[in-house]
Amino acid sequence: MRDWPGLLSGLLFGMGLAVSGMTDTAKVQGFLDLTGEWDPDLMFVMGGALLVTLIATPLVLRQRPFFAAAFNLPNSQSIDRRLLVGGALFGTGWGLWGYCPGPAITALAYGSFSTVLFCAAMLIGMWLADKLKVNVSQLDP
Amino acid sequence: MDIPLSALFGGIMIGAASIGLLATLGRIAGISGITWGALAEPDRDWRILFIVGLISGGALAHTLFRIPIPAVPDGPVWLIVVAGLFVGIGTRMGSGCTSGHGVCGIGRRSIRSIVATATFMLAGVVTVFIVRHILGAVA
Repeated sequence: MRDWPGLLSGLLFGMGLAVSGMTDTAKVQGFLDLTGEWDPDLMFVMGGALLVTLIATPLVLRQRPFFAAAFNLPNSQSIDRRLLVGGALFGTGWGLWGYCPGPAITALAYGSFSTVLFCAAMLIGMWLADKLKVNVSQLDP
Repeated sequence: MDIPLSALFGGIMIGAASIGLLATLGRIAGISGITWGALAEPDRDWRILFIVGLISGGALAHTLFRIPIPAVPDGPVWLIVVAGLFVGIGTRMGSGCTSGHGVCGIGRRSIRSIVATATFMLAGVVTVFIVRHILGAVA
């Protein structure tokens, strides 16, 4: 049973999302509304999170993880069309409804059916993206 | 300008949660990846626990710190489905979301994550501009 740190990390992450205002879609859209009545608060969410990760990540990476043989990090460095198109699609959906994946899942606890629907559509979208990727790569000679 | 303390402390908690996961399991706290992995990857248990924690953590914070539960957005079903599909396709295609690229990726100084974050932020800003100031002005 070496998986319990996942529970603790998720717990703290969910608390952070609720405390910071990231699960408040009106606030998120107010933050993205640069030309309207811009609400800068969420800049401090990213600022606070990056303050911790920018300082602590290099220190953590010096040793081995406590409960794993090695770090499991993405090694791709390519800035390709998939990254840019994917980012653009994600940002559009985020702006349209106000939830990125973490807050959407956390907001499931608020008990609204619309959030269940949003999360279901998100999972189908992920499945579709994998499906399309396979099909496109099969077209390659 | 006043510094919004709840935003700052919430952000620090998010950063600490990400560092905790990296230091213990050696994993990136990218929520789109974890969510997909909880359903489709072989190493599922820690991911399922993370998702359970995420949902309970939000509920716990609202109870513990007496934060009012924010209003859930209101809109037509087609808009919810389109937005959800875009978020799902986009995060899978672009290998990450606000947490994986924005918090963890930039935290480990990945250029790829900086570019991804700039791209989805810009797309979000453009979308809200179109919806509120172009379509909104017409409606």
